[in-house]
Amino acid sequence: MKACLIVDDSRVVRKVARRIVEELGFECAEAEDGQQAFDACQASMPDAVLLDWNMPVMSGIEFLEKLRAVGGPKQPKVIFCTTENDMPHIQRAMQAGADEYVMKPFDSEIIKTKFSQIGLIE
Amino acid sequence: MRITDFDLYRDLLKERSGLVLGQDKSYLLDSRLSPIARKWGYPTLDAMTDALRGVPDKDLVNDIVEAMTTNETSFFRDNKPFEMFKDVVLKYMKEGRTTRKELRIWCAAASSGQEPYSIAMILKEAAAQFPGWRFTIKATDISDQILNQAREGVYSQFEVQRGLPIQFLMKYFTQDEEKWRISNDIKAMVNYGNFNLLNDMATLGRFDVIFCRNVLIYFDEKTKASILERMGKQLESDGILFLGGAETVLGITDAFKPFPGQRGLYAQPGSVHLAQGGARGAGNTQQALA
Repeated sequence: MKACLIVDDSRVVRKVARRIVEELGFECAEAEDGQQAFDACQASMPDAVLLDWNMPVMSGIEFLEKLRAVGGPKQPKVIFCTTENDMPHIQRAMQAGADEYVMKPFDSEIIKTKFSQIGLIE
Repeated sequence: MRITDFDLYRDLLKERSGLVLGQDKSYLLDSRLSPIARKWGYPTLDAMTDALRGVPDKDLVNDIVEAMTTNETSFFRDNKPFEMFKDVVLKYMKEGRTTRKELRIWCAAASSGQEPYSIAMILKEAAAQFPGWRFTIKATDISDQILNQAREGVYSQFEVQRGLPIQFLMKYFTQDEEKWRISNDIKAMVNYGNFNLLNDMATLGRFDVIFCRNVLIYFDEKTKASILERMGKQLESDGILFLGGAETVLGITDAFKPFPGQRGLYAQPGSVHLAQGGARGAGNTQQALA
């Protein structure tokens, strides 16, 4: 079973996202900020990371830059999922190595097609 | 709504658009027609219905037909047909039209433009492999209102996330406050026009590829057959037809046969695609779009 790390400081968003991603056949873990997410990746690298931007301690973009800098044999697909919905943010995320970008609010259909487009699901 | 009223709308729709309104869709009448009644100043839907029984205003009838024709769509809807268009159809057309260097495409139910624009973006991405080629995308719909929306090319945040890869959003859209506007060079590739599938298709000219996805499901068998047979006459002998996932030609008409090994694609009997068992141009369709 593929693994997905859901990173968001809102418990409600994590819960909603988790339900959607689990339905796509993923085993889910959660993190409340970028630092927790980075630690979780160090312990066990997931196949996918669904990533919020604005979080305390460490933001989503800082986490992504750090993750891509460390490198390693197995790099997860990273999908931003954030209320930041302007082109400069999207461009910055993609330059930092994000694979897809979801603008909140989202629904299961959006998550599903994005996961499918980057090859996480059939 | 009274049963006799339902019959009135069902007959009106069948006559004007060919659309079959099943009894199970009667709930749509209330939700879609109430705004029309308001627009025309009728105090109730029943009042509008009574007016329709007299000598109805032509524009009112148009508004009703437009409101009742379904417009569900998204960019790269179902994804797979667009991969097949890119990997199978374009590859074949490139080999098969080396001197003509032209590709004419018809989107027969363009709706708010997501399908023709998805095709335009694929062609734009592939442009480097087609030097000196001319691409034409004719996009038609029965609803003027939805066609104006398509021509406008402005989409909500929700709409641009349904099926559109983020790379395409970055490349082909600009942000306009809460909305996203498709770029002028993509818009310029699509030629919109009002067309009723019940009418004479010869006026549209001939095509190499026809997209008629998720439209036939709304017609009865006889109308389906008629549409497909007339489409066949507008399609080049080696042309390709795309139907929706829930649609087929089997048991409806002999004007088309399923394209071997490519679900949702259809070719005409005697076409090169069927003669060669579909091997020609049938490449790997598993690649991701972006």
